[in-house]
Amino acid sequence: MAISRREFLKRTGVAAAGLTVASIGGLDVKPVQARVNSIKLNAKKGKQYPSVCPYCAIGCGMIITSDEQTGKVINIEGNPDSPVNLGSLCPKGAAAFQLVENPHRQTKVMYRAPGAKEWQAKPLDWAMEQVAKRVKETRDKYFVETYEGKKVNMNPAIASLGGATMENEWNYIWLKLMRNLGVVNLENQARI
Amino acid sequence: MPGLGTSFGRGGATQTPRDMAESDCIVIMGSNFAENHPVGFRWVLRARDKGARVIHIDPRFTRTSAMATDYVPMRSGTDIVFLGALIHYVLTNEKYFKEYVVNYTNAPFIVKDTFKDTEDLEGLFSGFDANKKSYDQSLWDFEREEVKLPDAEPKTLSDKIAYATKKGRPKTDPTLQHPRSVFQILKRHFSRYTPEMVEEVCGTPKDKFLMVADALAKNSGRERTSSFAYAMGWTQHTVGVQMIRTAGILQSLLGNMGRPGGGIMALRGHANVQGATDLPTLWDTLPGYLQMPIILRKHDTLTDYLKTESKPTGWWVNTPKYMISLLKAWYGDAATDKNDFGYDYLPKRIKNHSHYNMFKDMYEGKVKGFFCMGQNPAAGGQNATFHRKAMAKLDWMVVRDPFQTETATFWKEAPEVVSGEVKPEDIKTEIFFFPSAVFAETDGSFTNTNRMLQWKEKAADPPGECRSDTHFTYELGVLLKKLYKDSTLDRDWPIKNLTWEHYAPNPNDGWKVHEPNSHAILKEINGYTVKDKKNLASFLELKDDGSTAAGAWIYTGVMPDEHTNKAAARKGDDYLSLGWGFCWPANRHIMYNRASADLQGRPWSERKKLVWWDETQKKWVGKDVPDFAAAKAPTAKAKDEGIGLDFHSGSDPFIMHPDGRVQIFGALADGPLPTHYEPVDTPIKNMLYKQQHNPAAIYFNIDKNKIHGIGNDKYPYVMTTYRLTEHHLSGPMTRWLPWLAELQPELFLEISPELAGELKIKTGDWVTVETERGKAEARALVTRRLQPLKHGGKIIHEVGMPIHWGYAGIAKGSSINELTLMVGDPNVTIHESKAFTVNVRKGRIRQEV
Amino acid sequence: MAERVGMLIDTSTCIGCKACGVACKEWNELPMAPEDKVEFKGLSYDNQGHLSDTNWRHVKFIEQFNEDRSDSRWLFLSDSCKHCQQAGCMEVCPTNAIIRTEFDTVFIDHDTCIGCRYCVTGCPFGVIQVSDIKGTAQKCTLCYDRLQVGEQPACAQACPTDCIEFGEVDSLMKLAEGREKLLKSQGYDNVRIYGKSDILGGLNVFYLLLDKPDVYGLPENPQLPQKNMMKSYTFSIAGMVATGVLALLAFRSRRMSHKADADQDQDKAV
Repeated sequence: MAISRREFLKRTGVAAAGLTVASIGGLDVKPVQARVNSIKLNAKKGKQYPSVCPYCAIGCGMIITSDEQTGKVINIEGNPDSPVNLGSLCPKGAAAFQLVENPHRQTKVMYRAPGAKEWQAKPLDWAMEQVAKRVKETRDKYFVETYEGKKVNMNPAIASLGGATMENEWNYIWLKLMRNLGVVNLENQARI
Repeated sequence: MPGLGTSFGRGGATQTPRDMAESDCIVIMGSNFAENHPVGFRWVLRARDKGARVIHIDPRFTRTSAMATDYVPMRSGTDIVFLGALIHYVLTNEKYFKEYVVNYTNAPFIVKDTFKDTEDLEGLFSGFDANKKSYDQSLWDFEREEVKLPDAEPKTLSDKIAYATKKGRPKTDPTLQHPRSVFQILKRHFSRYTPEMVEEVCGTPKDKFLMVADALAKNSGRERTSSFAYAMGWTQHTVGVQMIRTAGILQSLLGNMGRPGGGIMALRGHANVQGATDLPTLWDTLPGYLQMPIILRKHDTLTDYLKTESKPTGWWVNTPKYMISLLKAWYGDAATDKNDFGYDYLPKRIKNHSHYNMFKDMYEGKVKGFFCMGQNPAAGGQNATFHRKAMAKLDWMVVRDPFQTETATFWKEAPEVVSGEVKPEDIKTEIFFFPSAVFAETDGSFTNTNRMLQWKEKAADPPGECRSDTHFTYELGVLLKKLYKDSTLDRDWPIKNLTWEHYAPNPNDGWKVHEPNSHAILKEINGYTVKDKKNLASFLELKDDGSTAAGAWIYTGVMPDEHTNKAAARKGDDYLSLGWGFCWPANRHIMYNRASADLQGRPWSERKKLVWWDETQKKWVGKDVPDFAAAKAPTAKAKDEGIGLDFHSGSDPFIMHPDGRVQIFGALADGPLPTHYEPVDTPIKNMLYKQQHNPAAIYFNIDKNKIHGIGNDKYPYVMTTYRLTEHHLSGPMTRWLPWLAELQPELFLEISPELAGELKIKTGDWVTVETERGKAEARALVTRRLQPLKHGGKIIHEVGMPIHWGYAGIAKGSSINELTLMVGDPNVTIHESKAFTVNVRKGRIRQEV
Repeated sequence: MAERVGMLIDTSTCIGCKACGVACKEWNELPMAPEDKVEFKGLSYDNQGHLSDTNWRHVKFIEQFNEDRSDSRWLFLSDSCKHCQQAGCMEVCPTNAIIRTEFDTVFIDHDTCIGCRYCVTGCPFGVIQVSDIKGTAQKCTLCYDRLQVGEQPACAQACPTDCIEFGEVDSLMKLAEGREKLLKSQGYDNVRIYGKSDILGGLNVFYLLLDKPDVYGLPENPQLPQKNMMKSYTFSIAGMVATGVLALLAFRSRRMSHKADADQDQDKAV
């Protein structure tokens, strides 16, 4: 049978000392122990965190390795202990590293004024305050307390979309916040 | 979700992918399992290696078909005919599991004579109101015995509500012979769903259909089990919910539910689409499948609401406990029995506010502000142009994503802006783009396709100003609470009293960016005692008197004590892995598993044992957590006067339902039994009924959202849309990733050589695909994996396109949603992107000008 | 004793998902192919085309359908370096940059490789390509660095259906023979193992095929470089040792600096 990850780990501790001397086709290939040992190895070491794949809903276990000095993610692969995927991943899961470390990621808050042709970079705190203000203004202006004689306490003017790619904890506090602002237009990908 | 819920009681997948390895026959229909859930598919292959039949029924020969033992072609949108014919086959050839059907389903129930079937009314059931496009479902009720109530006075609020709403037990005929028994109605309903009809409507050769029927019949029963897997190929139709229902009925007749290697595997497509439905960022529900109050039903006060939504018999008798615990979780001490626990402050829906209506309201200027987080309607919304037009009408909009998606940049990069048709200056929408953290940069849990919560840890700080969505939400809540701090208005009561502070981040968590306290959030979801804030270990502990709080009753038990987070449990094994993660409800992995045992509580067979009654311990035991009252003996008699589970006997396995049985006959907006209707864009007439389309389908009479109708010569080809392994959704999580972009860099159209020959198209050519909604251009991929199908004398060509592209990212291309139609299934308002009609021509879009 | 490790590629369970290729790129930090080469290729679902300096793994897609579709199949094969017992690349390498490791795998030492391309022609499977950016010959290392720390290669770890099975070649061969028997009993009459000792002394990375090798584009009977060709290689090595190695190395470093800009762009793309 094939060697499991853990078994192999035990065995190579010894095996690394052994080397092959190959002599094929008239060319002598010298013992290469010294050479091999001088080759810089790339095994990615760092702190490991258990995680779950963010793509489809199979829920494959992942291990994320982060560099302890820089704090950056240096490797993501399947978690062999997970009974869901036994260490394997699909191409999307295998590419998840590029979802984290990707130069195309936006790292600044961007603002587009009404009718503007370009973005402007803005500080995070400013944007948060502006959004809170917009929410309050829109809520206060369009809030409906009664509708057709019934108490409805709802706000038809704010809508929210999205959630199936985010954590349970987010979904819960977001729906809690939205509902209590009176939001009825609340949706996510479940209908897509 | 109602597809499964109506039949079995809960909307979740009934089994796990791992359990499929125990199947003797797997039918994959409405799913491209291997491509879209490659890792789950390993268990299908394991079953295949053990000798199981793996049958893939699909319009396209996909990577799933390649791995199946049998591939069966069909036309998109005709699944109910195929499945209905399987039901017909099972009934007429007496291949059903009689003991299971008589005792575990409502097949023996007798329906009132006010019910008329589609066979009687040319494709409609009785009670249809053509103006409202809806049914009066009361005509479909059962004949009932008279109502009986317990002698004792009701003790709790839940009891009181149940006493007030109790119904009599349905009358039954265990011989299944009564002409109005569900069994006989079912037989008549599907009597014309024959192999010949399958050939006519689905285009599937009769022998292939019979092969599937035979394989299923042979691999079901005491000794063997079969399972079904589906995904968006069933849901994305105007009859999608009923497609799932048809499979549910079939699997119940075959006795495959609640058993190892049996069931219906709903394959969800997003990491947390299950969780986002359980904890619904959805218009119609509250956590744990409680209804969101709506003025169209009697929901005026808390008592009204509970009387309407609570069920006197079956598990939902507990509704008041769950609702009041939710209100306690939200409003804390401010929620008291004096103020109905704050119920009045929950917004009441005034109509259907689902996705398309939301965008219609946006287009009509009723929605002013919009949060779009982790979703991409500018490319992923059906009739994408309309979605962008709607967003252009907003006052303000917040977009949160790791990359600048099509939705973030529609005002400068959308095709209509690039072409000059629309000017950015004319789009007055103010846009705030917040870069979001990705999954590795925040902790929290996802609920997977088999309802399993799994915890992930934060592994790095997010870069720059990227923040998690949870972080954003917490901070926004804090700011809003500050803004409303001094308000004395009654309507601001919920914001002021919302429990929020306990989510505050820990500044000593060792990270630079401090996340809100996810454990505190999960604890609130799990539930706790109000008095001493002690975690609850089970939803059995929830009360309707305000002494407990819980955000989502179905998740109770995930954090049974302060130091245990079962979502982070990591002890797997070779089968159900009860020690890995937490499967709602109560860590049950195979739902309805009481049905794996016979009436006496013994496994149907040694080979298929899962959960059974242990007479010495006087409880249910086995490989899974029993989905049944733990100590209720199989011989326990049903109490006619009882409420809740007392109304059920020890052999009624479907505990969520009022009668404890599979609802073979079960009311939905479009009928109590599935019926074939053609898609709204279709090449041919409905060969079964005068009624052509789903009579209750929801249409959107809006700009450029025209339907093609039946046999429209301008749009002669059937189109189906789908995903590829290499990409995800409309691409926001894959089209910016170079390793994935290079694997599938461009949008393509799959087309058979027969049709390509007619249109003089070669592989690699540019083609333009057109509908009344819009145009998309793609590269042609000529392949025999698509095949023309014969329908009577007519040849129908089907083409296919993946859904992943848009105008932003590394890998760019047309969004196929320029072509799709906004139309809704009447139960869940989902669209019909799996089957519509198009025209195809050689050349690019721009060449025409 | 040296341990001969390798992989069994069982095409009967390959679903053509390409996870192996992506996992390979992730671990070995390989970039996307140059942008002008990233395009729709129309080769079924294959848009990579072949093994290359940036694709150490490549999944082949073979569609075989007769006109009425009564005989239809879609085959997938995850291809890479086979780590041959008689490795043509190693034999022709003038600088001994290609070495056999303690795991009996074939490894290109990039400090010694001069980018001369002899190995490219020496490989009967078309596995090796010289990177314009790095200036050295590129191919699968069987994740030599992972083997050293006791991990299996990234592709084998990632493969969702275990169609890439890593282990000792002898035990993998037994596994393959068992699978061959099982599949024959299930009606796959043409199933066979490709890469026993009759193929270049045995391939450490070998295949369970559902049909003849040529169906998958694998040579029926791959040959080592011709003896006379070998002599000329040997000769040229001697020549180089005498005069040219330094020049060649200089050539390589020149080319590398020439590509420095491209290199940076490439980094950005990853």
